[in-house]
Amino acid sequence: MPYLSGTPRNRTVMPWRFETWALTLIGLGPAALYFWYGAHDRLGADPVNVFERWLGLWAVRFLLVTLCITPLREVSGYSLLRYRRTFGLLAFWYACMHVAVYVALDQQFDMAVLWRDVTHRPFLMIGACAFTLLVPLAVTSNTWSIRRLGRRWQVLHRLVHVVAILAAVHFLMAFKTYTPTSVGYATALCLLVLWRYRHKPGRHPQDAPAKH
Amino acid sequence: APFGHTGPAMAQALHTRPGPYQAAETPTPLEDVTHYNNFYEFGMGKGDPSAYASAFQPRPWTLSVEGLVERPRVWDIDRLMAEMPLEERLYRMRCVEAWSMVIPWDGFALASLLKQAQPLGSARYVAFESVVRPAQMPGQRTVLDALPWPYVEGLRLDEAMHPLAFLAVGLYGRTLPNQNGAPVRLVVPWKYGFKGIKSITRIRLMEQMPPTTWNRMDPSEYGFFANVNPDVDHPRWSQATERVIGAGGFFGGGRRKTQMFNGYGEQVAGLYGQMNLRTHF
Repeated sequence: MPYLSGTPRNRTVMPWRFETWALTLIGLGPAALYFWYGAHDRLGADPVNVFERWLGLWAVRFLLVTLCITPLREVSGYSLLRYRRTFGLLAFWYACMHVAVYVALDQQFDMAVLWRDVTHRPFLMIGACAFTLLVPLAVTSNTWSIRRLGRRWQVLHRLVHVVAILAAVHFLMAFKTYTPTSVGYATALCLLVLWRYRHKPGRHPQDAPAKH
Repeated sequence: APFGHTGPAMAQALHTRPGPYQAAETPTPLEDVTHYNNFYEFGMGKGDPSAYASAFQPRPWTLSVEGLVERPRVWDIDRLMAEMPLEERLYRMRCVEAWSMVIPWDGFALASLLKQAQPLGSARYVAFESVVRPAQMPGQRTVLDALPWPYVEGLRLDEAMHPLAFLAVGLYGRTLPNQNGAPVRLVVPWKYGFKGIKSITRIRLMEQMPPTTWNRMDPSEYGFFANVNPDVDHPRWSQATERVIGAGGFFGGGRRKTQMFNGYGEQVAGLYGQMNLRTHF
């Protein structure tokens, strides 16, 4: 498969192997847990807001993991590439749930408010862009699309770096001040994107040193 | 009991009577009023104040009234509470973050304290200052401060003298819990909650408009007046509606329309005359 072809050098084989469907199930655990809490009135005084933010946070966490996989391989030789698609899709599913909670539970389908939000408020415009850009990535994350799109698939999936930057800005704007959490995640996202463009491992992967 | 407060959060029953301005609404459960707080001195999460405020010592405490007044005075908090007849007021509280509560406060009108100090004719504004105690307030000893300390707020003198403007020393008939701004805090029910400065140490009458913390942080998002106004949106969200805290609603029912001046327009709209509330938000 072309997307695995850039990994010829001494790739360390992980001593264990996870089924990706099992990883997906585990990954959906945080959403299920908080949904259960919310349905049983155990999310505190402002349950919808807590659930909405929780889903957004986990979308960012899975995006981070997805972006870590290549640097991890370059630095340590450990390759988790076979799980990257699963992590990327988990980020997408969490983004979907985050948006669904905002539309349905938080704004209760108030179309006037929703329209104004996505047309007038940079905070929500940026969030909406990040989500929209994730859609084509999720849709083309199957093996058939990878084969069919060939080199264009690689180019298309670089959009994930745009998504990461947009998500970082949206995350920073979600708080009234800069918080350790928002600054921490936003910095991590930006550093991972910068890493990819400082370094061009895709061109001559066999020449890249394993460690620095 | 002037020296009876040894523990940090020993809420004591207050002698209080029903006052005016009782909103015809169901009070938010005490559990939510005391566990869903914005009090950045104790941390930025809504649960941080209740989790980290127990080391805070609200006694002994002094509150000074100074500046452009005939009779400046440093009040001992227990003396103040003994001299001011305490009353209960059930006020709606609307946070700038688009959520709301209904809280039974105990305290006295800010005007009655200011009148005792006799403001001079030149006084036009009232500045409030909160406490700085990093040893007892974990939010004040972080590497990157969330806000510049002390937290400061302000009102125009006529706003401060309005009978609705209130100094709370208790809620639900007992002394204020630390996380709600013990021992004394401001409540201005027609303005967004951040105007309600907590744990006040100093009240100063001035000629110039005083700086206020959130306005200084981001003047495009938080104005000096901060009157509740469903028609003037926050740059990041609509202020037309609000989430009702403690409604227990995960599936609907938790939102309602926000009222102009938080429903106190009949009493306070006159303060603003022809002022453009869109520019002076």
